[in-house]
This record gives sequence, C-alpha cells and structure tokens, in this order.
Amino acid sequence: MSWEAVIGIETHVELSTRSKMFCGCVVDFGAAPNTNVCPVCLGLPGALPVPNRKAIEGIIAIGLALNCEITERSVFHRKNYFYADLPKNYQISQYDVPVCHDGHLDVEVDGQTRRVGIERAHMEEDTGKSTHVGDGGRIDAASATLLDFNRSGVPLVEVVSRPDIRSAAEARVYAQELRAIVAELGVSDARLEEGSIRFDANVSIRPEGSEELGTKVEIKNMNSFRSLERAIEFEIARQIAAVEAGEELVQETRHWDEEAGETLSMRTKEGSSDYRYFADPDLVPLVVPADWVEEIRSTLPELPEQRRKRYAGLGLDPKSAEILSASSPVIRGLFDDALDAGAPAPAAFNWLTGEVTAWMRRTESEPSNLTGVRVAALIELVDTGVVSATAAKEVLEGVLAGEGEPRAVAEARDLVQVSDRGELAGAVEEVLAANSDAVERYRGGEEKVIGFLVGQVMRQTGGKADPKLVNELIRESLAGNG
Amino acid sequence: MSIPNTIAGAARALRDGSVTAVDLLESVLERAHLTEAQLHAYLNIDRDGARAAAEAADADLAAGNDRGPLHGIPIALKDNMCTRGLETTAASQILAGYLPPYDATVVTRLREAGAVIVGKTNLDEFAMGSSTENSAYGPSFNPWDITRVPGGSSGGSAAAVAAGSAFGALGSDTGGSIRQPASLTGTVGVKPTYGTVSRYGLIAFASSLDQIGPITRTVEDAALLLQAIWGHDPKDATSYPGPYPDPAASLGAGVDGLRIGVVTELAGEGYEPAVESAVADMVAKLQEEGATVVEVSLPSFEIALSAYYLIAPAEASSNLARFDGVRYGLRVDGETTEEMMARTRGQGFGPEVVRRVLLGTYALSAGYYDAFYGQAQRVRAAIRADVARVFGEVDVLVSPTSPTVAFSAGARVDDPLAMYLSDICTIPSNLSGDPAMSVPIGLDEQGLPIGFQVMAPSLGEETMFRVAAEVERLAGFDARPEIPVVAG
Repeated sequence: MSWEAVIGIETHVELSTRSKMFCGCVVDFGAAPNTNVCPVCLGLPGALPVPNRKAIEGIIAIGLALNCEITERSVFHRKNYFYADLPKNYQISQYDVPVCHDGHLDVEVDGQTRRVGIERAHMEEDTGKSTHVGDGGRIDAASATLLDFNRSGVPLVEVVSRPDIRSAAEARVYAQELRAIVAELGVSDARLEEGSIRFDANVSIRPEGSEELGTKVEIKNMNSFRSLERAIEFEIARQIAAVEAGEELVQETRHWDEEAGETLSMRTKEGSSDYRYFADPDLVPLVVPADWVEEIRSTLPELPEQRRKRYAGLGLDPKSAEILSASSPVIRGLFDDALDAGAPAPAAFNWLTGEVTAWMRRTESEPSNLTGVRVAALIELVDTGVVSATAAKEVLEGVLAGEGEPRAVAEARDLVQVSDRGELAGAVEEVLAANSDAVERYRGGEEKVIGFLVGQVMRQTGGKADPKLVNELIRESLAGNG
Repeated sequence: MSIPNTIAGAARALRDGSVTAVDLLESVLERAHLTEAQLHAYLNIDRDGARAAAEAADADLAAGNDRGPLHGIPIALKDNMCTRGLETTAASQILAGYLPPYDATVVTRLREAGAVIVGKTNLDEFAMGSSTENSAYGPSFNPWDITRVPGGSSGGSAAAVAAGSAFGALGSDTGGSIRQPASLTGTVGVKPTYGTVSRYGLIAFASSLDQIGPITRTVEDAALLLQAIWGHDPKDATSYPGPYPDPAASLGAGVDGLRIGVVTELAGEGYEPAVESAVADMVAKLQEEGATVVEVSLPSFEIALSAYYLIAPAEASSNLARFDGVRYGLRVDGETTEEMMARTRGQGFGPEVVRRVLLGTYALSAGYYDAFYGQAQRVRAAIRADVARVFGEVDVLVSPTSPTVAFSAGARVDDPLAMYLSDICTIPSNLSGDPAMSVPIGLDEQGLPIGFQVMAPSLGEETMFRVAAEVERLAGFDARPEIPVVAG
C-alpha cells in the first residue's frame, strides 16, 4: 500500500519585546538567574497581570504577515496545570478566541508552490526554566531542580498550521519561511539554537487517497531545520513500518534524539491532561480596533515571498532571487540602489552576493564605502571595456577600502585598459613583425596562434590593453596584409 | 481628653488639637488589649509600625502637611491584603510566616493618605466562609455576644471596628464578606462597584467577584475611607478608569423623590421574623420621608447562590494553584516535586478550602464545563440583565443584609449549605458587579444587630450612600456592644 504523511507544525515564537508579557520586568536571557523577576512573574499572592501593548503589536504583525484574520475582541484564558517552573500553576494563554486565525503561508518546494493553512496564532506567556542537577540531569534521578524565572512571563506567540503539509521537506521549507518572516518583521530574535523560535510537529499517516486522519504523534526537541526534517522523515518511516507490521499506533508525544537519529516515546499518558481552560478573570477581553490593525499593516516590511517575486520580476532567475532574498539587508539595499542607478540585475547580483559578500566575510566589516551608484559605475566600467573583469575586482577592493569612485580607483591604480586603436596599432605591428613564423602559421590555417599573438601584445603593453580589441586589430591587420 | 469614636470626629479632633494620632492609636491599642482575648479580631497587631506611623502623622500634621480625612486615623486591614514586610497569611497555614515584598495598592493609598495601619485582622481562610470560623489561626467572636460568630469572611475587621480596636477597617467582599459581617456586628460595610478599588495585592479568592471595601461605624466614615482607597490603578487590568462618583456628595439629602425597590425574592422562608420586621419598619419610614416604594421581582436571584457556588470555587481552584510549596510559604517535602506539592497543599489548606478547590476543579473539568461553569455564567448574565431591567425602574434596591442575626459559634460549621445560605442576600451584587452596602438599623430582642442592605447600579455610589445615610439617621442606631472585659 502507498502511504501519505499528514503533518502540522506548531511554532512558538518568543517576542523580543523590552519587557515581559504581563509585567514590567526586562527580557534579558543573559542575566543571572532570578534577577529579572517581580511579584507578577513570580506568581506571588495578590499580583495581577497587565498586557504588554508591544507584544500585542508583535502578534498582529505576525498574523498579518501570515494572511490571518485579526480578531477584534479576543480572550485570554487560563491553561491550568501544575509544574514547578510555572509560577501560578496556570499559563495565561488563549483558547477559543485567539488574536489571529485563518491565514496561510505559501511555500515553494521543488518549483511547486504549496499553500499551508494557518489555523491560528495566539498570545501566551512563557514559563520559567528548570535545571535538574545531579545524576546526569535526568528529572527522575536528579537530586535537585533549580528554577530560574527570568524567562517566566516572556511573551510567546504560538502559530498553529493546519495539517496541510505532506512531506518532511515541505515541513522544513515551511519552518524556514516562517522563521524568515518573523526575523524580517523584527519581532523576535528567531534563533533556533537559543530556542527563541521552536517547532513541534504533529505527524500521522494514512493510505494514499484517504481523507481520514490517522493517529497523530507529536514530536518535539528539534533544534535545527535539518533535525526537523530528519525527525519527520524518521517518524513517517516508523509509523509506516509499524502499521505494515500490524501494530496499532498510539497517540503520544515523542522526543527527537539527534544523536541516535530517532524519535523516542516520552511515555506520557496522552489525553489524560485536562487543562480546565476558562477565561482569565484578571484580564478583560483584548480589543484590537481595525485602525490599529491598519496602522500596523502600514508599517510591515517587505516579506521574503514578496521580495522573491519582485527580484524575479527584475530579471533574476528563481535561485538567484532566493539567494538574494536571504542575503543581509545591506546587500539587498545595495542591490536596490544599484538598480536604481541603472545597473543590470544579474551583474549587480553577481557582484553583491559574490565579491562584496566574500569581502564582508573576510574582513568582518560593513561595506560602508560602497553605494549603489558605485556598484553601477563599476559594472559600467567592465561593460564598456574600461577595465577588465579581473582588474575590476581590484577596483572594487579599492572602493571598499575607501579610495573613492570606481573610475578614480581604476586610474589611480593604473588599471584602465588601453583601448585606443591608434595607440595599440603600433604595438600590434611591432609584435607581428617580430613574430613572422607565428604569422605564417596563422596564415597556414593555425587559428589558435592568435592567442599567442594577443598575449605578446598584452605583454608589450604591460597588460593594460583591452584583449578583445587587440584580437580584433591583429585579425584586421593579418587579413589586410594578406 | 475624650477620644471620638468616628473617623470624621477624630479627624476634627486632630485638627483642633484636642487629640493626637498617637492618642488615637493608644486608645485603639488599649481597646485591643482589653478585648482581643475574647474576640480574636486580629491575627497580628503591628504595634511598632503603627506607633511609628502615628508619630509621623502627628509630625506631618504639625508641619502643615495635611493628608486629608484619614490622616492619623488607625485602620485595620483584613489579612488577605499584602503588606510589605508584615506577615500576610490569608488565615491559612500555607502562608504561615509569609512576608510580602510589596504593598497592595489599597495599602499604598492608605499610607499616602496618612492612615495608621494597626494590624491584620482575622478572616475565614482565603476569605472562604461566612463566620470567620474557617481561620487556620482560630475563630473570631462577635463583640455583641462572644458566644456568637462575627460573620465572615471579614469577621475580624468587622469585630475590630465594632469593638473599637480600629476606627475603620478594610474587608473584601466576594459574596457578601464585607456586608454580612457588618450586619452581624452593627457596623457599616460597603462593597463598591466592581473595578473601582484595585485588587492588586489582594490575595485572590474569586477574581471576577472580589472587591475591597470599608467597614466603619458610620456611613460618613465609610464614604471617607472609600474615597481614600478607590480610583484607577494601572496595575489591575480590571480597574475602572473613571470618572468616579462622589459618595459623600449627597449625604443628608434625604430620600424624597427617590424610587426604592423592595426585592420580593429576598424575604420569606429562612428569614428571621425580627429581621424581616425591622427591614419592613425601615422601608415604611423611608416611604414617610418621601421615597416611592415598589415591590420588585428579580427571579434570577433565586438561582444566584447556585451560580455563585460554581463560579467562585472554579476561579478559586485556579487562583489557589500557586500555593505549591515551590517559591514561598509552607513546604512539606516529598520524594518528587509532585509529591511535595500534593503534601504541601494537603497540609496547608483547611477543609473548606479543599472542598471549594475540589468543587471548582470539577466544575471546570472537560465534559462538565458546559453543564456547570458554562451554565453558571449564563445565570450570571441573566442576573445582570434582570438587575439592569429593575434599575431602569428604581434608584436603589433594599433587603435584609443577612437572613439572620449573628448565629452561635459552631452552629453551622458542619453544615456547609446552611453556612452558604448566610450570603443569599449579598451574592447577587457580586455577580452583577454592582455596589451594595449594609447599615445597622437596630437590635433584635436578644440584643443582636440587624443590618439593612442598599443596592445600587454600577457607579451609583452617590445615591447608595445618600439612602444609607438616611437609613442611618432614621434608625438612630448608636448602641455599642458591651464586651466582658478581661484585662490581659
């Protein structure tokens, strides 16, 4: 039988607001444990939450970028469960009326565009952090648990996709695209390694053609896009093998073990948790008027997908458009400016993502002496034969080093090609006269000898001649004297 | 030197120089010294802190820095309001020895108003009860008869004010916990409009119902104390931004021309005859003073108690989850974190708290939510609609505050339903969010106080106080309890 995988992704995005979701404490992950805490985020008796406006703006921006509807009156609920790093033993979250719902994200896989539905994006608060000490840090063997509440109350946005994803590769692209969007919006650090964006996957399989959903397994602990893809691949294969061996799948949460390359059951009884959701009576409904939404919409930056489309429209091939879209804002800014100054897109792309990016990496510095106008001018120098392609790299070095305009750098560094016919004609005649045997061989039909002759002229002129023009002059001379 | 017995009187005496804040405090401390062994109104008297505050108040006033009507006045706080560095227990074993790192907003406001905080008063554990017998630190007793309860859950605050061991006190009212003890102790108790007094720093029982308010000896004093504590607080998301009414604006304006509704449902079976006749007499007097009296029916009031006993425990089950032994308060060790939490809660909570947490957890559980919590919310909406309709027809509603006078200690401890019925007249205002207050109107044949409840629409405090002041004048209630004094 042939199987189809059904995958949904839950994404937690930690917003990089200055203060926490429901109190004024500073969000700072580098701080010493329990230094950014107050009665509210420690869950002290009598303390009350007050929502952070900046965080609400963050989730609205995410919702808009994911084409969601924004709810005018959404509700904060309490999700009740006991856990040592959850100070109130309930998490303020959203339940049946989230801020954002019914959106979508288009992802491109193997040249095909796939639309992944976004069921919802809701606002919640993060928990504290537990560290189990003694006996290898395993919770069941630990001698003590240390609690740090600096993270407690940090605003989190949970984005829940519909189960529209059909392969591990699609899941990876979806996750990468979502991360790119969140990073572009500037609402989160969006760093996987640091956990400021986290992906969990719900995976099930069903016979190809079936419309029913199979038993869902949630997989956690993927710390990179690669591990997300590997974990899903593994899980799909595991489920197919299990079902084909006649086993019944159980709804459970499984942990991805990066080293072993497999998902492991966390042995938690699924379905036993009843979070007893109810509207948080300490908070009033969150009202988001339409004009606030429009104000936020008007400040949204260009998103990766829009940018790729724009680049493609400017004449870049899809692969280049994607590379440029993922490049640093500096490179992208220079690209746009260079095009404004008249540079052709492919050349600007090549210079910026090639030489300029390499220079930035090598020198670990910003190309502060480069402008779009200078990029365009450099390309112009090459195209008009003023400098050779090789010399142009040196010109760029000079420009980046602060030596001025490309033309001035080329002149100062003596890189301008001799492209005056009269000036070159003498050198050509001299070389032809001094190499009569080569001339003879050429005339005898040995075409490639011309390369040698061009080389001789280049030597004669100290490498400054325009080789194309030299070639042309030699051919003319030999043909005319024939 | 004669010590006045009202806040307003003391405020005048302080300014004419006949007493000092230290005198006022000493009179209160002396009274506590003589009565605490019998009443147990206080869990903790902060003698040193109060003396320092009284001295500072005197110095301030002498320096011309007059902070207003509460300047130098000794006030007691129910022990579910956080006081920085001063033990705050909510009368629970689970918070024994807990020292809050911050002051509740009401405490900050009292300090800014120059009030002298005498100490923390007893209550039913986490404000769950109607007799102050559910305190982990022992019950309080009624100054009018020390074999009887002072009501609850703000029984300690009410007893302290009735006994003269505070000029005024703050209580909290979730289902009647200010008004019912005020009724049973012959004091004035006010539950203001929900959202007008900040809950920041009030140890939550049921967040959508909890409201702090004053307990005093007179209606005027209650207005003065209320004005000092209410107002918008950015730390409480449910705080009302304003504008606020002036509760003192129409004191003495009488009731001529006002429409008063007598609630049909708050009478009959379960109501003591002495209570019913005293209330009826007062209604007749109000009519004589020019008020239009009409009987009004609010059918939803019949099911308010049932709805309340789902909503309040549901919220409480979540609010009290934070008491787990992890960060503060009692910790009873266990082999695992879960076991530690379970043991801590098992030992730290008293039986009534456990009962309500279980009830509330059940009401919110998957599969039961809609039948219990959901249904209770619909009843709440019906009450709001009912009340809104009636307030289109009348200016205030009146009723007994409590169906009975103070009952004997121990009489209802083993019968939770009988205890819950103590709040049948007061619960509707908590569910609707509207203000209501209790004013003493006399004593029954046993010499026990009877309270008269005035209910108003949200932000209707000016009219409510106006009617209450007239009730107070017409009742002419000025009796004081005689407490058998045993010098400590």
